[in-house]
Amino acid sequence: MTVNAVRKDPEALAMTLDAEFDATPERVWQLWADPRQLERWWGPPAYPATVDSHDLRSGGRVEYHMTGPEGDQPRGYWEIDEADPPRWLVFRDGFANDDGTPNSDLPSTESRVRIEEIGEGRTRMSIISIFPSRVAMEQILAMGMEEGLTQAVGQIDAILAEDAVRLA
Amino acid sequence: MVVVVHPTADVDRVFAALADGTRRDIVRRAIAGEEGVTELAAHYPMSFAAVQKHIAVLERAGLVTKERIGRRMVARTNLEGLRVARRLLDRYEELWRGRIDRMTELISHAKENDA
Repeated sequence: MTVNAVRKDPEALAMTLDAEFDATPERVWQLWADPRQLERWWGPPAYPATVDSHDLRSGGRVEYHMTGPEGDQPRGYWEIDEADPPRWLVFRDGFANDDGTPNSDLPSTESRVRIEEIGEGRTRMSIISIFPSRVAMEQILAMGMEEGLTQAVGQIDAILAEDAVRLA
Repeated sequence: MVVVVHPTADVDRVFAALADGTRRDIVRRAIAGEEGVTELAAHYPMSFAAVQKHIAVLERAGLVTKERIGRRMVARTNLEGLRVARRLLDRYEELWRGRIDRMTELISHAKENDA
């Protein structure tokens, strides 16, 4: 098991995942930087990914599509905010329309990837993913609902617990 | 990302819907599914139309359903809709665990080829 820690923070709508690999940071970076390797791990087995264009530099863009069991081909893209090989990558993963343009109706996820050597030829990769998109979050904040949003997540457990009591 | 497309979109709506005190209160009251929309509206210091609007937001997020029982329109909380929010991070974790497994496989596979 290479995943050694997952922290889910529903209040920040964020997930942090730490994984360790028996490889150098350069090798781990290749998994992102080589489109042929990227498409072998990005898509789940039922939805293999095909990388259509790949520019993993700050300001660059990666375009991909996936092929589903029914032949459906959803498209996605990354917008690369920061790329500092082989240690640091910040990108937004969004959904694209059939013509490749971003589908702004659907939220995008921001991910920050840190790759660092931890000695004995091993490398740690930490990924922080933030939901929903920053744009969606900003819209929510602009509407003065940040407190409500934080509370809302906590409310879910309370409401579900209340439900359990009622059903008992 | 198709694995999370629908949950993500749903969760966006769910969180936006729950980010309002009145709507959270409606969700809580409607768990019992006993009160009609008119009775629900009487709990809040706002117009019937305003409460109806809140209920419409909750309906769109899949959190509340409305059902006509006799002459009354009854609002009910859809608990499944509520659980979607909780499940999103779990699904996302699963997605990434799968990715890490495949990354690990790629790295060890390449090593075997080098050997």
